[in-house]
Amino acid sequence: MDAKAKAAAGARRGAAGSAVPHDSAHLHVSGEATYTDDILEPRGLLHLAVGMSQKAHARIRQLDLSAVRSAPGVVAVMTADDIPGENNCGPVVKDDPILAPGLVQYVGQALFVVAAKSVTQARKAVRLARVDYEELEAILDPLQALAAGSFVLPTETIRRGDSRSRIAKAANRLNGRLTLGGQDQFYLEGQIAMAMPREDGDLFIYSSTQHPGEVQHLAAAAIGRQSKDVVVECRRMGGAFGGKESQPALIACIAGLMANQTGKPCKLRLDRDDDMIMTGKRHDFVIDYEVGFDKDGRIEGIEFTFASRCGMSADLSGAINDRTMFHCDNAYFLGDVSIVSHRCKTHTVSNTAFRGFGGPQGMFAIECVVDDIARRLGKDPLDVRRHNYYGIGERDVTQYLQKVEDNLLHEITDILEKTSGYRDRVRSIREFNAGNPLLKRGIALTPVKFGISFTATHLNQAGALVHIYTDGSVHLNHGGTEMGQGLFTKVAQVVADELQIDIDRIKITASDTSKVPNASATAASSGSDLNGKAAQAAARKIKKRLIRFAAEHFSVGEGEVEFVNNEVRIGKKSIAFEKLIHLAWFARTSLSATGFYRTPKINYDRSTFSGRPFFYFAYGAAVSEVIIDTLTGEYRVLRADILHDCGKSLNPAIDRGQIEGGFVQGVGWLTSEELWWNDKGELRTHAPSTYKIPTSSDIPLEFNVTMLESTANREKTIYRSKAVGEPPLMLGLSVFQALRDAIHSVDGYGRLPELRAPATPEAVLDAVALQRNGEVRL
Amino acid sequence: MKSQISLQLNGDKVSAEVESRTLLVELIRQRLGKTGTHIGCDTSQCGACVVHMNGRSVKSCTLLAVQAQGADIVTIEGIAENGELHPMQQAFREHHGLQCGFCTPGMIMSALDLLKLHPDPDDREIREWLEGNLCRCTGYQNIVRSIKAGARAMRR
Ligand code: FES
Ligand code: FES
Repeated sequence: MDAKAKAAAGARRGAAGSAVPHDSAHLHVSGEATYTDDILEPRGLLHLAVGMSQKAHARIRQLDLSAVRSAPGVVAVMTADDIPGENNCGPVVKDDPILAPGLVQYVGQALFVVAAKSVTQARKAVRLARVDYEELEAILDPLQALAAGSFVLPTETIRRGDSRSRIAKAANRLNGRLTLGGQDQFYLEGQIAMAMPREDGDLFIYSSTQHPGEVQHLAAAAIGRQSKDVVVECRRMGGAFGGKESQPALIACIAGLMANQTGKPCKLRLDRDDDMIMTGKRHDFVIDYEVGFDKDGRIEGIEFTFASRCGMSADLSGAINDRTMFHCDNAYFLGDVSIVSHRCKTHTVSNTAFRGFGGPQGMFAIECVVDDIARRLGKDPLDVRRHNYYGIGERDVTQYLQKVEDNLLHEITDILEKTSGYRDRVRSIREFNAGNPLLKRGIALTPVKFGISFTATHLNQAGALVHIYTDGSVHLNHGGTEMGQGLFTKVAQVVADELQIDIDRIKITASDTSKVPNASATAASSGSDLNGKAAQAAARKIKKRLIRFAAEHFSVGEGEVEFVNNEVRIGKKSIAFEKLIHLAWFARTSLSATGFYRTPKINYDRSTFSGRPFFYFAYGAAVSEVIIDTLTGEYRVLRADILHDCGKSLNPAIDRGQIEGGFVQGVGWLTSEELWWNDKGELRTHAPSTYKIPTSSDIPLEFNVTMLESTANREKTIYRSKAVGEPPLMLGLSVFQALRDAIHSVDGYGRLPELRAPATPEAVLDAVALQRNGEVRL
Repeated sequence: MKSQISLQLNGDKVSAEVESRTLLVELIRQRLGKTGTHIGCDTSQCGACVVHMNGRSVKSCTLLAVQAQGADIVTIEGIAENGELHPMQQAFREHHGLQCGFCTPGMIMSALDLLKLHPDPDDREIREWLEGNLCRCTGYQNIVRSIKAGARAMRR
């Protein structure tokens, strides 16, 4: 945007950089926003329910569905044998059957599907199945899998230098094991799809999905047809967080297959319990480390071994675990490194994408290590953190050999340390703890550096479609999906800026595989980076045609045509935007264009894990203070201060919402959200009654969120903004480290605190006991 | 067993034949076509389905439709007046009290009930009141902000 346009932008509604409300806000608040379950139901709609495996690992000797078939209201039943095409909904490797073909590999795996006239009839009929299982040995956690050599994908390694001898020679050494739980996405709107048969055997599918293109490809293959025969649409999701990246394919394929089989529209909505049992979550990890460091706490060499529970299939586990390897440095230069990453196959639900995509787990690991180094040396953890930060112009190359060129860590930490009053508060907390035997307080400042781009380079592409109608109104479409993050609003702001029109002239339309093909999932925080640029390209194409037309029509130079504030200046005169559009149409100018974008600069070699996987990094930091009750393990977050970098924000209100929501979600992951499986592989925390996401009363009493001011992205992203979807989640690490600080005080800052994640009150109590007595009391 | 019930929905008299097990939320969404009331958990935990029954907030997934016999039910679609958003709806929109919007109708209906008891609630009262309404997107900050702004506008 040039300076003149910018000055005028104030007069336009919805300019880029302004805090316009979410484009659907008026619909959200009035109840008119149409989610998939709200779409007017077509005539003859059938409702589906899924029969799930009750065993973690078993061969199916017999599947007797006779009682199911004859139950009231049942219209059709489907098993793996009825699938005409490919029985697969795996996104990368074809190892994820839609319906289990004779072998089940997790409790909750789909075995058969019932179509009935009502939801209740379908769900009741499912229970009448008689399944004869021949149980097989089940591997349930990463350690069992490691012992058995059970993996979904090969183990990967990153090495730099000679970590072994660097650690051996270092003045100080530490080693340990960290355990880190998973997390359910808990989107408020559960998984859902509605499929409608169309003429000639085609399908139209409404799917609540971050990846309509993938749903289209997989559903087409499942019914034995081609992608051209299936259209997938998604206007909005009621939350997704990664849980609707690969998982909706299962739901949509089931609905599509049943629509194909019955010739009737079919809807599948999972209820909350089934959703939590049947669909994948954030990977839980067991992490071993050994680190060597100097007398000031600077890391000289480090070795990590990561073992994650991937579940029964590969799903997205390859890229997720790669990202763990890329982010186990977080903000720190690691010296000589060895990182080993095991992708463990277990007989549990296949784990999947969740905001941060493996990054948070890597960052969790290094934050615990750096914290322990400081505690071992009796230094303030912030000093040791800063001492290990990537340098500017030195110590600035990551373990995967990408140079950190846009380092804002020092700047952000300098500011936040002051504004949060960190040093004074450390002092007063120490005093408080010395005088309080039962209540203990803790504080921590943790940084975030998060790499932006899909690590699979080919996914960093996007398309858009823009039409202008003769009345000057605009139809906007792109390959991104809206899950509440405000992507549609931001992209519309970009188009409004390019065309210099009010945002309400632009109709934002549903993601639709027939408008923009082969779009990548809306994921990796890349939504506005990619789709904003693609839409900009489309708008600029049309604008160029309009300029050429105007110059010719009004006999002026092209340089004399300028779009400003709903008008077009042509030489000395000005005409309304819509007037120009009408003239251009009349003169047979094309008013429709596609736009395409691919992220520049990135390239990396997966075989060596080196290169430039990320276009740039997003930065932030948080200071959190907690208080724990050492008798009960209960605690509160007293205060959180956040400073986060959004580049030049496209919409500060939306970005702020991402920061606040991301932080709280990260805190939930590390504190209250506990996934618990029993020894039969059954998930016992499968509803909000037992699985606790943060509520309104859990958030910090004092919560100060600030965006780093006017730091344009160094890279040429859309208007120099930065991605903001995932990075703030990891600000939640500060709460976990603050809890460790409080626990460390229990024995007067003696032995290293041992706290597992999630730090439920039970876990805190265990850690307190360990701190006090050297053992966990039962 | 089926029974005939009649009730007021957003001011209109409606009647329907329902199974004895039909939930109020099913009646509202499927039979009466008001889909602004959402189902988030099916088990009375999340608050996405909150409506007003005789002036107080209830979770409509926890009530049977027959329990609403003769009741005055108001859903999110029923609070706007003369085509103008209610001040609380306005506040959620302007103060960004939503992201995906799925929790929003329930949040607004709960908030309006709180304001009947406390027309001028402070942060703590709002947070405690909303414990039965889950939001996975916003971190609640803007929801609290919106409710305070909405309350201010309503007092005017
Ligand atoms: S659907 Fe009623 S409380 Fe969740
Ligand atoms: S805005 Fe998405 S759940 Fe609240």
